[in-house]
Amino acid sequence: MSSITGSFYNIRLLDELAEKKTMIHGIHPLIKILTTFVYLVITVSFHRYEISGLLPLVFYPVIVITLADIPVVPLLKRMMIAAPFIIVMGAFNPLFDTNPVLITSRLQISGGWISFVSILIKGILTILAAFLLISTTGMTRIASALRSLKIPRVFIMQLLLTYRYIAVLVEEVSRTVRAYSSRSPGEKGIKFAAWGSLTGQLLLRSMERAQRIYQSMCCRGFSGEYHVGENKRISLGDMAYFLGWSLFFIIVRYVNITAMMGSLITGA
Amino acid sequence: MHMADALISPVVGGAMLAASAGVAGYAIKKVQNELDEQKIPLMGVMGAFVFAAQMINFAIPATGSSGHLAGGLLLAVLLGPYAGFLTMASILIIQALFFADGGLLALGCNIFNLGFYASFIAYPLVYKQIVGKDYSSSKIIVGSILAAVVALQLGAFSVVLQTLFSGKTALPFGTFALLMQPIHLAIGVVEGLITAAVIGFLWKYRPEILEKTAAGDALGAISIRKVLVGFAIAAVLIGGVFSWFASENPDGLEWSIYHTSGVEELEAPEGIHQILAAVQSRIAFLPDYGFKNEEQETMEDAAGKGETWPAVEPGASVSGLVGGMMTMLLAGLTGFGIHIVKRRKRN
Repeated sequence: MSSITGSFYNIRLLDELAEKKTMIHGIHPLIKILTTFVYLVITVSFHRYEISGLLPLVFYPVIVITLADIPVVPLLKRMMIAAPFIIVMGAFNPLFDTNPVLITSRLQISGGWISFVSILIKGILTILAAFLLISTTGMTRIASALRSLKIPRVFIMQLLLTYRYIAVLVEEVSRTVRAYSSRSPGEKGIKFAAWGSLTGQLLLRSMERAQRIYQSMCCRGFSGEYHVGENKRISLGDMAYFLGWSLFFIIVRYVNITAMMGSLITGA
Repeated sequence: MHMADALISPVVGGAMLAASAGVAGYAIKKVQNELDEQKIPLMGVMGAFVFAAQMINFAIPATGSSGHLAGGLLLAVLLGPYAGFLTMASILIIQALFFADGGLLALGCNIFNLGFYASFIAYPLVYKQIVGKDYSSSKIIVGSILAAVVALQLGAFSVVLQTLFSGKTALPFGTFALLMQPIHLAIGVVEGLITAAVIGFLWKYRPEILEKTAAGDALGAISIRKVLVGFAIAAVLIGGVFSWFASENPDGLEWSIYHTSGVEELEAPEGIHQILAAVQSRIAFLPDYGFKNEEQETMEDAAGKGETWPAVEPGASVSGLVGGMMTMLLAGLTGFGIHIVKRRKRN
C-alpha cells in the first residue's frame, strides 16, 4: 500500500514547492498556464521522426527549474513513475516500423527506433512541463487563473474542494487499508467478500464528512464563493515572459537550431 | 488507461479538449440550475474519495492478480450524470497536474474517455435501463457490470482512435484494437464488480442515498434526447478531425472511417474543419530539417500504407547528432550558469 502514502507525499511536496518565492513563482498564474500550453502544443506538433529539432525545447525546463529552485531528483523520480505507459506505447514503434534509415554511410537504424526516441523526448518534456506548472504555481492559484478565464464558479469550487480533501481521504483510506492488511497477512489486496463493505464504509464516512463540511462552511458564512485571497494583475514583465518564451518556442519549431549548430561545427 | 501528451497530435488534443469542455459547460449549466448547494461539498468529497479509492488493491478471486477502481460509473450512480462527469473531470485535472497521469494536452481525451462514456452513455443507457427504480442485488450486479464494460470498451476504443489519428505510434489499427478491447473487457468486468459491490452495500445500509439520485432529485435526471444532442455535438467536433484526416489521407483506414461514418453529410464540420485544417497547416507542415527532407509530405500521404523513408543525407544526420549533443550541453551549461549567478547573489 506504499502507493497510497506515496501519492500523498507527492502532493505535499508539490504543494510546498509552490509556496517558494522565486521569480518564476511570482509570475502571474494565467501567464504560466498559457506558456505551458504553447510549449506543449509546440512540443507535440513535431513530426514523429523528429529528434534534433525537438532538443532545443529542453532549455525551457532547464531554465525554469534553476530559476524556480526546484530540486531535480524528486522531479525526475516522479517522471519515472509517469513514464512507463509512454515507454510501452512507444516501444511498439521499433516492432512495427522497420524501414531502415541511414544515419551515416555505415550506421543504419530503423525508423521505429527514431520515432520511439522522439516519443520518449516528447514524453519527458511534456511531463516536466506539467510538473513545473504545478510546482511553481500551486492549485489555488491555478484555480484563480481558471476563474479569470470565466470557467464557472461551481466547477472551480468543486475542483478545489476535491483537491483539499484528497489529503484527508487518502489518509483515511490508507489507515483503513493498513488496518485491513494487518488483520489479513499474505493477502494481495482486499478480498472479494469485503469489496463492498470496506469501500462502502469508506464512502459513507466520506459522505458524512461532506455533510459536516457543508455545515461548518455555512457556519462560517459560505455564500457560494471560494476566495483565493490573491488578485494579481498581469504586469508588463508577465507579458514579456509569455511573449519571450512563445517567440523562442516558435523559432525552435521553424528553425532546426540543433542542425544549424551541428553544421557550424562539422561544416556539413 | 490514460492518454499521454507525447502520443497525441495538437489537433486531436485540441479537438478533444473542445469536446470535453463543451460537455462540461453543458453539465455545469445543468448542475447550476438544479443543484442544491449542499451538493458542491458532496461532489468535492466524492471526487477525493474516488481519487483515494483508486489506489486500493482489490484481489480478484481465483486469479492471484488485483484490480483497481476507475470510478466514473460509481460517480454517475451516486451523483447523477452531470455532477458525476464534472467530479471525474476534476479528478483527472488533479491527476494530470500532480502525477503527470495523462497530461495537460491529453486532458480532453482523458475526460472524454473516462468521464463522458461512463456518465452519459453507460449510466443512462445501460445502468438505468437495467436497474430502474426498484433495486435488487441481481439487477445492480448485471447493470453495473454491463455498464462498466460498455464504458470501458468505448473508452478503450477512443484511445485507439485518438492514437491512430495522432500518428505518433506505428501501431497498426487492428493490432492495437485487438490488444486494447479484450484487456478492457477484463478491466470492465472488474470495474463493474467493484461498483456493484459498493452500490449493493449502499442499497442495503443507506438505500435513501441511491433512491434520491435514481429519482433524479437535486442533481437532475438525464433524458435520452439530451444524451443524443450531446453526442451529436461531440460527433460534429470529432467529425471535424475525422474529415481533416480523411482529406489529408484519401486512402487507408481514415478513408474508410470517413465513408462509414458518413461524416461528409454533416454541414457543420465545414467551419471546424477549416479552422482545424488552418491550425494544423500552420503547425504541422513546416519545413523539417535533420532526419528529413522535402519528401516529408509524400511520407505523410503514405500513412496507412506503411511509410517510405526519405533518402537521408548522411552529412545532415551527423550534423544533427553533433548539434544535439551541443544543444544538450548548452542547456546544461545555461542551467548551471543561472545556478551559479543565483548563488553569488545570495551570498
